[in-house]
Amino acid sequence: MAETPGDLFLPRLLPPQEFFAEGNRGCQGCGAALVMRQVLKAAGPDTIVCNATGCMEIISSPYPETAWRIPWIHVAFENAAAVAAGVESGIKVLRRKGRYHDRRINVVAVAGDGGTADIGLQALSGALERYHDFTYVCYDNEAYMNTGIQRSSSTPYGASTTTSPSGRESIGQKTQKKNLPMIVAAHEIPYLATACPSFPLDLMDKARRAFQTVGPTYLHILAPCPTGWRHASDLAIEMGRLAVETGAFPLYEVVDGKLKLSMKMETRKPIIDYLKPQGRFRHLKEDDIKEIQRRVDENYEKLLRRAELDEGG
Amino acid sequence: MAEDKPSWKEYPMAATIHSPGSATDQNTGDWKSMRPVRDSSKCDKCGICWIFCPDAALYMTEEGFYEVDLYHCKGCGICAHECRKEAITMVEEGE
Repeated sequence: MAETPGDLFLPRLLPPQEFFAEGNRGCQGCGAALVMRQVLKAAGPDTIVCNATGCMEIISSPYPETAWRIPWIHVAFENAAAVAAGVESGIKVLRRKGRYHDRRINVVAVAGDGGTADIGLQALSGALERYHDFTYVCYDNEAYMNTGIQRSSSTPYGASTTTSPSGRESIGQKTQKKNLPMIVAAHEIPYLATACPSFPLDLMDKARRAFQTVGPTYLHILAPCPTGWRHASDLAIEMGRLAVETGAFPLYEVVDGKLKLSMKMETRKPIIDYLKPQGRFRHLKEDDIKEIQRRVDENYEKLLRRAELDEGG
Repeated sequence: MAEDKPSWKEYPMAATIHSPGSATDQNTGDWKSMRPVRDSSKCDKCGICWIFCPDAALYMTEEGFYEVDLYHCKGCGICAHECRKEAITMVEEGE
């Protein structure tokens, strides 16, 4: 993890090329732009990106400019995975006809949490089931940020958004965050991982492993969003770190069906540390926070038990 | 303004873009109200600011320091917040 002293100087060893260009129109402190920058550093130049509608498409390609330095195609909200599957199949056919080189190409589908958990779920499920050789990257900023912070099924319990506003009668988002990585894990794909850009080396290790694995792979990456989460822009990295350290967003990998926690925490920080700086949780009362703490603990215990089971078996 | 822009007939078919990374031309640096300033005597060149910058607005100089590209820096303050040596401070623009 990036926190250990040995890792301190490691950023200097990372590839200096930027495939996601400076001058993109992301908000100040945009976590999603950072996710893309780090993932593409791990991917290298032999990469084709299929990008669903969402923040990443809006901020990267205000026509006639583009922030991408690799082949990139923008597709509709629901079919990033389907297009990536098509690209992968197309390359396979061209290779069979001898019209394409033999270097490994990373076919990457990129979508936000709305484009993955809500709108693109069936295309994703189909592509995983057909076992295409591609990587799906979901940057999870926990709402439809680019259209004005509407709730998605990935919005956590208690968060206030413009379509689940908090008030006298409402706590904000009433339902639990959809556990998307586990839905994807149920497809029994060879590799999936959750990551956060606050731990860049961990994220890039996981991304590299996903790209090198043959078969469908999935990365679920938390992308702090100062605009939608309503915190100061310089706290973006801090928020990601707190999400991991409180257990709100645990980091793990599922390799061939076996779950492994990336960071086993005996004691976790109280969830209030993570909720307090964010404006979307400002309205929560003590009882609500207790309830959120209970849910986080429950989910984390469940993960710990599963990890123990998988390691033993 | 309108006459400066090419007509739609001159744009490539299907809205393809033939200049990768052309967003670099955009001056996103004028968004900021605070500007990062590095104190080289405190900096230990670890590169944490560089890997955490969402806008890739830092580049390595010959001496090994990470210099801020003020043309693209949006002034979010992440580098100043994450710097372990507290070598970067945010200064109000215009000062």
